[in-house]
Amino acid sequence: MKRRKFDLAATPGKAAVGVDDRFAVATPLRKLLNKVFPDHWSFLLGEIALFSFVVLLLTGVFLTFFFEPAMTEVVYDGSYAPLQGTPMSAAYASSLDISFDVRGGLVMRQMHHWAALLFMAAIVVHMLRVFFTGAFRKPRETNWIIGSLLFWVGFLAGFTGYSLPDDGLSGTGLRIASAIMLSIPVIGSWVTSSVFGGEFPGTIIISRFFIAHVLLIPGLLVALISVHLGLVFKQKHTQWPGPGRTNNNVVGERMFPRYALKQGGFFMVVFGVIALMGGLFQINPIWLFGPYEAWVVSAASQPDWYVMFLDGSTRLMPAWEIPIPIGDGYVIPPLFWPTVVLPGILVGLSTMYPFLEARQLKDRKSHNLLERPRDAPARTAVGAMAVAFYVVLTLSGANDVIADKFQISLNAMTWAGRIGLLVVPPLAYYVTYRLCLGLQQHDREVLAHGVETGIIRRMPDGRFVEVHQPLSASNGHADGYGQLDYVGWVVPKKMNRLGALGPAIRGFFYPIEKPVEAPVSPGHPPVEARPEREEITSGESRR
Amino acid sequence: MSTHTEHQAPQGQEPLDVNDPKLTRFDIVREGARRDDIEIVHYEPQVLPGTKAERRLTRVVAGFFLITGLAATAFLAIYIWWPWQYEAGRGGDKFYTPLLGFTLGVALLAVGFGILTWGKKLLPKEVSIQDRHEGQVDEEGRTITGQTMLYMADELGVKRRPLLGISLLAGLAPVAAVAAAPLVGGLISQPHKNNQMFTTGFAAAEGGERIRLVREDGRPVRPADISSGGQLTVFPGIEHGVSNRHADSPTLLIHLRDSDAQESRRANERIGHGDYMWGNYAAYSKICTHAGCPASLFEQQTNRLLCPCHQSQFLITDNARPVFGPASRRLPQLPIEVDSEGFFVAKSDYTETVGPDFWERP
Repeated sequence: MKRRKFDLAATPGKAAVGVDDRFAVATPLRKLLNKVFPDHWSFLLGEIALFSFVVLLLTGVFLTFFFEPAMTEVVYDGSYAPLQGTPMSAAYASSLDISFDVRGGLVMRQMHHWAALLFMAAIVVHMLRVFFTGAFRKPRETNWIIGSLLFWVGFLAGFTGYSLPDDGLSGTGLRIASAIMLSIPVIGSWVTSSVFGGEFPGTIIISRFFIAHVLLIPGLLVALISVHLGLVFKQKHTQWPGPGRTNNNVVGERMFPRYALKQGGFFMVVFGVIALMGGLFQINPIWLFGPYEAWVVSAASQPDWYVMFLDGSTRLMPAWEIPIPIGDGYVIPPLFWPTVVLPGILVGLSTMYPFLEARQLKDRKSHNLLERPRDAPARTAVGAMAVAFYVVLTLSGANDVIADKFQISLNAMTWAGRIGLLVVPPLAYYVTYRLCLGLQQHDREVLAHGVETGIIRRMPDGRFVEVHQPLSASNGHADGYGQLDYVGWVVPKKMNRLGALGPAIRGFFYPIEKPVEAPVSPGHPPVEARPEREEITSGESRR
Repeated sequence: MSTHTEHQAPQGQEPLDVNDPKLTRFDIVREGARRDDIEIVHYEPQVLPGTKAERRLTRVVAGFFLITGLAATAFLAIYIWWPWQYEAGRGGDKFYTPLLGFTLGVALLAVGFGILTWGKKLLPKEVSIQDRHEGQVDEEGRTITGQTMLYMADELGVKRRPLLGISLLAGLAPVAAVAAAPLVGGLISQPHKNNQMFTTGFAAAEGGERIRLVREDGRPVRPADISSGGQLTVFPGIEHGVSNRHADSPTLLIHLRDSDAQESRRANERIGHGDYMWGNYAAYSKICTHAGCPASLFEQQTNRLLCPCHQSQFLITDNARPVFGPASRRLPQLPIEVDSEGFFVAKSDYTETVGPDFWERP
């Protein structure tokens, strides 16, 4: 038999045929490669959360190799001299070892912590984007609910995570957590002693938090994130309105190669930023806090930022204890309301919002086009109200630091927070609502009368008028130009948005050629729109 | 300046024969997209092959990748050779973590920017439109699936044979409980074992000696150890008294000035705690009745004790009554006296519940 010549160039093709013979993937793969994604900077916020989560998994696995989740008392003999000879829990000792006796351990620990903060921040900002653009509307309510749950599960992941080192700061946090559980009516003491395995702090809570933090919660997060992404994929991404964009299509780029390449690059950038932060910015220096001792605390003990709003609500809560005079007498402590009831209400309201809004507006249609925040003033105002509420609480979570740094009375800060919590959100609602209406009106005004050119003309009768550049050609209207309809997207409001200024010729560091001054003179009001405006483009090149 | 390659969409065209040798590769790509209801309406190369712009961008991307290589190599070199072990003072080890983070960050950022530049600048810009098929409900599919499921339900015959359903439920309910039982049963812990929520380390054993107040290092405390207006954190003088095993026991022993002490005694008498103080000394639980943090910031001038966690403030001269903040309950007072050897002892355990509040506390 003659030996056939080995053709290297044909190998990939043959292998591909072989794979397709067995798995029949050619057509599904084509569909995947071809899938169209709309592009806008605000669609990248959720990805920051996703990428931080990947970094969390990577760095977290590293940390588990060295962390010892035990509360056994040991005497520290590691290389951090100031704590040598101090009795502490094995968890704290091994956290110190990660920081001082594991090569590169500190950078990993700090990256893990920063990635966690970034994860939560990206979730919140992404959520705001989805809310203010109405992306949560039918058919995407389920994904909104999953997203809200991701915040709370991430919250738990963060809390169980920063409790693990068992240092002075996190132990105080645990103590407060135990008090919160205690405050639940009827079952509080049973819940607490069951979770802590006896009276606080017991000897088992770190091991329990550890398994929750490295297995149960990440498992839940992975499951929720998978469904979240799967639904985005299945339901296709929303898009901004614009030329050629309808409720029934997706205008953008196919996933491969350019879109995927940009995603890959963006992942690296997020990873890189976390690495820079993990190396350059110190976070949670547990060796300064010392081991947890129930009688030691320092001022300015703040939790991580995403927990601070609950700390704030706890601080603002008046001392309203509700006694229940039955039998021996019972009591509902004031701690119960801001730490158990409030989060419960927040979870309920936020997850149910899509249905509440649809019910209010009697809106049963599917929406794939986003709304600019100004076009839904009531929703935008509700969002602003929620943000204001959150910000007042978060600031109140740091009110002792603010009072200290700005030399304000601490009690005044608390009262400001209490009053602010009631006054600022409605104010935010009103102001936002009016702003939205104002912006809407201005859009319509420009569409009807054109862009202000800044050119003042004197009329024969002595009046002065400003020349406006109309946005559309004359349609036989009395005033010489037609009126455009608002289509839900950015209206150009400056002359250089209409091409009155040529684009800069870009160089490496600075423009090689800057645009000349706008060629306007009173006699010759400027310019037509540049011809390429007629094309179907992404609709953003003007922005 | 830029060249546009417009591909007008011939709507309603027959599918192309993809084996036609006259087709270019792009024709086949576009045909594939069409079969997925995607129309590539705009496809515009950003740089033309062989131009100066292309060469420049290629150099930029390559430059980024080389920076990555350099930074990653630097990371490895630093990781291996830089002195990393902790030493007091300002040794080189202080820069170990920043250098690792910096080199790693630069390596990752550069590869990221390289890929981004490649994707954003070198690949053609495109606009594609994909149909969502929104609102095109597959009524027939719904009918078929719905009928199939109903058919299956019919075949199971739960309606005709209700006993099956009932017995299945009756069988499965305990199974669910079986799944929950080990978890609940294993975790549950009686909170009132040994009356633990109502006692502290100061509870003397039955008929035993009164418990001494000791410092953090275990030494007992004499009245002369605290100057007027001063305060000291004390613990029960028992085994493990100074540890988290008795997290409810830390106590603040305060030496009040004469006038404050008189006021304090009057307040004590009002609520029947007349003999809780010893001289000008009063002892209050350090564990905040709000959330359990140590209320440890004592302001001498106002005799207020502040908890740094949620800013509850307690007026020591008025039985540690909460005067501001979220706490609703006084700090419990420990009745104290001085024993025959001149050391502080607790006359008894706290007479009120120490620590954060809970349902069955009263």
